[in-house]
Amino acid sequence: MRHLLTAEELDPDTASAVLDTADMLKSTLLGREVRKLPTLRGRTVITMFYENSTRTRVSFEVAGKWMSADVVNVSASGSSTGKGESLRDTARTLSAAGADCVILRHQASGAPQRIAEWLDPTGTRVVNAGDGMHEHPTQALLDAATLRERLGDVAGRRIGIVGDLLHSRVARSNTHLLRTLGAEVVLIAPPTLVPEGVRNWGVEVTHDLDSQLPGLDAVMALRVQAERMHGGFFPTEREYSVGYGLNAARTAKLPEHAVVLHPGPMMRGTEIAPRVADSARAAVEQQVRNGVHVRMAVLYHLLAGEENTA
Amino acid sequence: MNGVERTGRARLLLRSVRPYGAKEPVDLLVDEDGRIADIGELEETDATELLHADGAVALPGFVDLHTHLREPGREDAETIESGSVAAALGGYTAVFAMANTDPVADNAVVVEHVRRRGEEVGLVEVHPVGAVTAGLGGQRLAEIGSMARSAARVRLFSDDGNCVHDPLLMRRALEYTSAFGGVVAQHAQDPGLTPGAQAHEGANAARLGLAGWPAPAEESVVARDCMLAGHTGGSLHVCHVSSAGTAEFLRWWRSRPGGGSVSAEVTPHHLLLTDELLEGYDPRYKVNPPLRTDEDVRALREALAEGVVDCVATDHAPHAEQDKDCEWSAARPGMLGLQTALSVLVHTMLRPGLLDWRDLARVLSEAPARIAGLDDQGRPLEVGEPANITLVDPHAEWTVRGEELAGTALNTPFEGMTLPARVTATISRGRVTARDGRAQPYGGVLR
Repeated sequence: MRHLLTAEELDPDTASAVLDTADMLKSTLLGREVRKLPTLRGRTVITMFYENSTRTRVSFEVAGKWMSADVVNVSASGSSTGKGESLRDTARTLSAAGADCVILRHQASGAPQRIAEWLDPTGTRVVNAGDGMHEHPTQALLDAATLRERLGDVAGRRIGIVGDLLHSRVARSNTHLLRTLGAEVVLIAPPTLVPEGVRNWGVEVTHDLDSQLPGLDAVMALRVQAERMHGGFFPTEREYSVGYGLNAARTAKLPEHAVVLHPGPMMRGTEIAPRVADSARAAVEQQVRNGVHVRMAVLYHLLAGEENTA
Repeated sequence: MNGVERTGRARLLLRSVRPYGAKEPVDLLVDEDGRIADIGELEETDATELLHADGAVALPGFVDLHTHLREPGREDAETIESGSVAAALGGYTAVFAMANTDPVADNAVVVEHVRRRGEEVGLVEVHPVGAVTAGLGGQRLAEIGSMARSAARVRLFSDDGNCVHDPLLMRRALEYTSAFGGVVAQHAQDPGLTPGAQAHEGANAARLGLAGWPAPAEESVVARDCMLAGHTGGSLHVCHVSSAGTAEFLRWWRSRPGGGSVSAEVTPHHLLLTDELLEGYDPRYKVNPPLRTDEDVRALREALAEGVVDCVATDHAPHAEQDKDCEWSAARPGMLGLQTALSVLVHTMLRPGLLDWRDLARVLSEAPARIAGLDDQGRPLEVGEPANITLVDPHAEWTVRGEELAGTALNTPFEGMTLPARVTATISRGRVTARDGRAQPYGGVLR
């Protein structure tokens, strides 16, 4: 793996290898008093976040630190970007300053691809930490890790993704990765939040959540972003919640073993009821915990993997 | 000598040209007044300049209804001079410079400046397009009458880049311009349907996570404007038709009686490229309206072949390097087009048999000249007619390199593509303005 830009580009072997490494790291660290591995000592990892984020940035930072990498966090507002520097110059500057890996969150879809092209001659690795409405591959990996833990295996399972499919990078990455790992994916949203052209994704699309629930092994609720509520995609937050919110009555229709996922941050009472979010079915905190191990695994494969020693 | 008297002294002799791709080559003599003096097998003449054309195809000089020359305001991307060079090298003898400059060409002063700079450069007729609304703001009409009466004699009006989306304002523009035979060239894009739009709304945009530009945002405005043109008696020109649906609507509308004066153009890039190219997020493929699908490309080729779409216009849109060498959403839309139009037309229309050379003369020269009301352009290659002539080597093959094109901008979407046919010489009013890849002004010297 040279960069991690999309979940779409991950083949089954690579994806499984990353997940296996995450499992291994997790069990290695389990019960240790000092959670620190020497693997990436002397490596420099820079996170560059052009959008606000708490969990993803912190998760990458912790992942880097637990592997003894030097982690530097840069935010767009406190950098030269605020002075009008181009993305290309910023990326090259971080690379020249010694970054072995740049972790990028950017509001423009495709920005990580561009940076990877620009930095290719330098050898600096690029990880996409979420680009616009495009992809968020480490989120998909941590969701897959969580599903593996809860369900044993992802292959052959039927996973529902509910909510703002149109604008969601989480939905895109999860759709690709879950299919790669052999799961059946069903996308559930009102028609206004389904992208034109979704039929090519090789998934089922439906507007009716309730009829799907009894057949799902897991259901993932996507966040309803505040700005969408005023975009005319649905009449009111309440109506959305009535049709697509995961409440206790709905989750009762799920099979006993089924898992509820949410990438966070949660809008309690809108796409997920508090009682569901805090129930034993919900894997929200487990997702966050796995996020660290998955990101450790990604850094490991990019910076310490076999391809990297060549 | 065909019984027509020469009006002036012989000046330029073109040896061995094939008008409209005729099988047998002829010689063509141009007089001091810039008119065609004789055509046939000509012996020694008193011409002072000789051009061996080696059987090149001769077409009437090309006319581009849609060019962005960026001057005044963005001379770092293109100037009237560098754009004129590109036009001459591309076979053009007249170009229409769009109004979205800075300051906007919405008054007599700016349009006269553009016209005069074009004359000073002396490579191609530069006709300024006037803005429809003040400052391209879409709120109130620009001083259309003043621009029409100015020395620039503006006849084509457009807010291109923006759509005149207010229906009442569009109606008024069509009515007002009809007083002096003006034409409103509309960039059809309902802004309410395209907030933040980045790419053709379809499977590729969905996968790449780019906000969609749905075809109905163009089609609905075209339909509305056609109805307004029919109702008011104004003249509408539809810029850069990009969707199969627009072509289908125009086919239907233009087959009806009482449809009013409606014309349409298509760009070379919409005849060849699709949104599959967006895969790597390279902003050289970002353009407005966006590249669409194979089905749209096919429909646009058919529409051009049938005459449902009248002509080809380049929408030549040079951009400074920093405006393209960035992330997709930050990049400006637009593509270079003047020097590649002929080759793309040969590749997409002539080679597949959809058009022949005579048709190319129609879509690249005659139809745009007629739409814009230019009397001296788009004329037949006949004795007594103005000598605006483009010579084409139909057997040439060349690989497009942005670095090798005129001007500082590099944003050709055809980078690295090998295309057929090449303009070998351009003759504007009897003067050679480009030959074998070099522009030569007839007035001053290029800086």
